[in-house]
Amino acid sequence: MRNLQARYARDRVILFVVVIGTILAALPLTLVLFYAVVNGFSSLDWNFFTKGPKPPGETGGGMAPAIVGTLVITGTGLLIATPFGIAAGILMAEYPDNKLNPTLRLLSDTLNGMPAILKGLLAYVLVVKAQGSFSGFSGALAMAFIMVPIIAKSTESMLKLVPWNIREAGLALGLPRWRVILSLVLPAARGGVVTGMLLATARAAGEAAPLIFTAFGNTLLTLNLSQPMDALPLRLYAYAISPYEDWHRLAWAAALVLLALVVLTSLLARWATRGRF
Amino acid sequence: MSEFTPAANPQTGHTEIITPDPNAKTRIEARRVTVWYGQKAGVRDVDMPIYANKVTALIGPSGCGKTTFLRALNRMHDLTPHARVTGEVLLDGVNVYDPGVDPVEVRRKIGMVFQKPNPFPTLSIYGNVVAGLRLVGIRKKSLLDEAVERALTQAALWDEVKDRLHAPSMSLSGGQQQRLCIARALAVEPEVLLMDEPTSALDPISTQSIEDLLTELKKHVTIVIVTHNMQQAGRVSDYTGFFLNGDLVEFGPTNPLFTTPKDKRTEAYITGRFG
Repeated sequence: MRNLQARYARDRVILFVVVIGTILAALPLTLVLFYAVVNGFSSLDWNFFTKGPKPPGETGGGMAPAIVGTLVITGTGLLIATPFGIAAGILMAEYPDNKLNPTLRLLSDTLNGMPAILKGLLAYVLVVKAQGSFSGFSGALAMAFIMVPIIAKSTESMLKLVPWNIREAGLALGLPRWRVILSLVLPAARGGVVTGMLLATARAAGEAAPLIFTAFGNTLLTLNLSQPMDALPLRLYAYAISPYEDWHRLAWAAALVLLALVVLTSLLARWATRGRF
Repeated sequence: MSEFTPAANPQTGHTEIITPDPNAKTRIEARRVTVWYGQKAGVRDVDMPIYANKVTALIGPSGCGKTTFLRALNRMHDLTPHARVTGEVLLDGVNVYDPGVDPVEVRRKIGMVFQKPNPFPTLSIYGNVVAGLRLVGIRKKSLLDEAVERALTQAALWDEVKDRLHAPSMSLSGGQQQRLCIARALAVEPEVLLMDEPTSALDPISTQSIEDLLTELKKHVTIVIVTHNMQQAGRVSDYTGFFLNGDLVEFGPTNPLFTTPKDKRTEAYITGRFG
């Protein structure tokens, strides 16, 4: 045991390195949070949540169109993405021998790694060009492109966690395979699938790039998906690069709200899967 | 029953000793059943009658192919990649492997209970029992209620759970879960019930309650039970098939097979010289 001291020393060194690494990794997040709170909190008032943007020079004004727009665009995106994402996840997890699978997997991985702005471009070509105008719907579609591969991947891995014997039990009852998957296997993976959906939402909600030439932005509050629509990241970007001091503060407040939405979604995801895994 | 006379298989050279029961009605007849896992055969050329409303036990040491053979009877190998079944399994005279036969229909007639209790975790006790009915579109409550009471009574679980039918299935003990799985299989009124070591994960008391069940159940269904517990085979079965290294060595009425086995390998196994 003569090396014992040396081993303890080595252990302490490794632990030190790990702790430092963790702190460095968490630092940016902490700084962003800190700045957002310090600079943005004072601007969070009733007006912020109820009013639309004011022209430069005028004081006051808020982010109501952006907050509502973000909720509508990501919500619609989630509605579009969910059936495709779950279907792809089912195909990859439950029918591993299917001929479509290698292609599907490649597409899914590519889509996952593709920069968000390209997904915006795709939505632009598919909807904005065709329709002739920017719209909330095209933004939602761009969001859906971001969400689909995330939902597909998480659905696939959650389904694979469901014990095989559940499927056998269902098949042995004389149930067709699709029925076993939809009614017995998918419900058993429900918590994980919902988590995947929420994480995809949180991820997409923070994207500004794909919305620049799809949802475009709008200073007026609208629920009409065929009209240009505002979104928090868009407004944040526009205000952050503006020369006006009070717009900068509003941008920080927008960042704070966006961050809160994302954290809330993640918490919701945890809550949905409480007591599992 | 000439197809069951012992004859050396020309390909494998092995001999099955089949002692048929001329007085019993055949429900399933396996003919030269071979299950391939890739290039390897899990069981080879098994011929065996399964008699109606009797309990047939499949015994043998671990890895001898008894479970493999059992799963061939209701086409459970269909889902195993690289697994392939050759030969015929005649259920009431119809080969379940005929191209025109739907495996879903086969499994409806031949139910299965697994080694580990596997109730559907997201469903209640009630939901588990009616799963096989409800998920094929039977919605009428009176029908479902009736099926639940009948199946749970047959599985000797009704008295224990009748006041909490909507409790989660996972709240039951292991032995109760296994009886729930039996009830679930019985609810769709199968002709045959395959049981794959149904008591191996259970304590002695739960084991006994399930063994007691079998005598009652065979009035309604034909039972095939895999067990590596010879005492259990002796207690519950009317016929026994002894498997060794993927071959059926001997099949016949349980009593004579246990007392005066015709093959010396059967004798060696039964007297505890191996396995």
